[in-house]
Amino acid sequence: MTLTLSSLDWLHLLGHFLSLSLLAIGGAITTAPDMHRYLVEQQHWLTDSQFTSSIALSQAAPGPNLLFIALLGWNVGINASGGLAAGASAWPLGFMGAAIAMLGILLPSTTLTFVAARWAHNNRELLSVRAFKAGMSPIVIALLASTGWILSSKLGSAAESWRLWLLTAVVTLLVWRTRIHLLWLLAAGGLLGALGWV
Amino acid sequence: MRPASKSDLFWSFSWLALQGFGGVVAVVQRELVEKKQWLTREEFVEEWAVAQILPGPNVVNLSLMIGDRYFGVQGALLALAGMLFFPLLIVMAMVIAFSGISDLPQVQAALRGMGAVAAGLITATGLKLITAVKLNPMGKKMCWLLAALTFVAIAVLRWPLIWVLLGIGGMACIIAYQAILRIQARSSGEGAP
Repeated sequence: MTLTLSSLDWLHLLGHFLSLSLLAIGGAITTAPDMHRYLVEQQHWLTDSQFTSSIALSQAAPGPNLLFIALLGWNVGINASGGLAAGASAWPLGFMGAAIAMLGILLPSTTLTFVAARWAHNNRELLSVRAFKAGMSPIVIALLASTGWILSSKLGSAAESWRLWLLTAVVTLLVWRTRIHLLWLLAAGGLLGALGWV
Repeated sequence: MRPASKSDLFWSFSWLALQGFGGVVAVVQRELVEKKQWLTREEFVEEWAVAQILPGPNVVNLSLMIGDRYFGVQGALLALAGMLFFPLLIVMAMVIAFSGISDLPQVQAALRGMGAVAAGLITATGLKLITAVKLNPMGKKMCWLLAALTFVAIAVLRWPLIWVLLGIGGMACIIAYQAILRIQARSSGEGAP
């Protein structure tokens, strides 16, 4: 895929990520549908498969899931300099795209977090701050359990993919009750998958 | 316990980010709460509540908050850099190296296996943190009720997070507010006849 981007287009790209940053409550992944609407459907800067594989690849890599946004920017840059066929000469624009996307998605939310968290810490004796933290605690714990549940349900129905569900259940018990290193579990999961056992 | 130095902070966050496949929160809990003990479970849950309600990726928010706590603005930036720098290098290297093979069935199957493990890691993190509500002013029963309501709303009914946080979360804050007031009234009333 090849396209031409003007400096104004790059600014629009930055602006889109800046505007989504403060809406990303619950993580950057919650804004993915809007990124798809803008980048793929409206501007045609990315193909559908580039969009999907950016998300899949970032989940296979270590680190926070928001790295998929760097890959979206990277792919826009690569497309703007002749696509994968252009080889390493496409990399500078790829890196620029990744940098613009990350800057846009991070700058507003990190600034707000920094200011708000500092305020909350300095005023931690206030009744309202204590009530907020105490009230939110059980909800936050339930959100973690829900995330695990939702991730499992994406693996397929329990009847069809019972081996995957069993793997999830065993991992849950091991992590909850033992101090086994998390990397061993991930390696085992990857291996079982590659061998076709789950 | 606290980070020994700014470089300890940076490398600790780099190390935990590099272990975080399919979600970093399980690793943050394991490394910072259980191993390094920079935070207690109660503190972790409280900080996580703040990180969750603010926009932006939760683990990024949490790293900023912890870094700022120990070394101010520099600490916040160092923790953020640790969280992002090496993972970003790796994911860029992967996109360059694997642009041809990511569609292979074996690669897809391995990713599915790792996805199942990641789901277990996050569920277990939630289970471990349950003990953090022991000291909660609302009491255990109310905490369980609120947690169950939240789980049903998010995992079963799939309501949008924002409405759950505003609705159930708002209600929980009011209940906690009244519970703290009651506890204060009781403890100040103890001396009186």
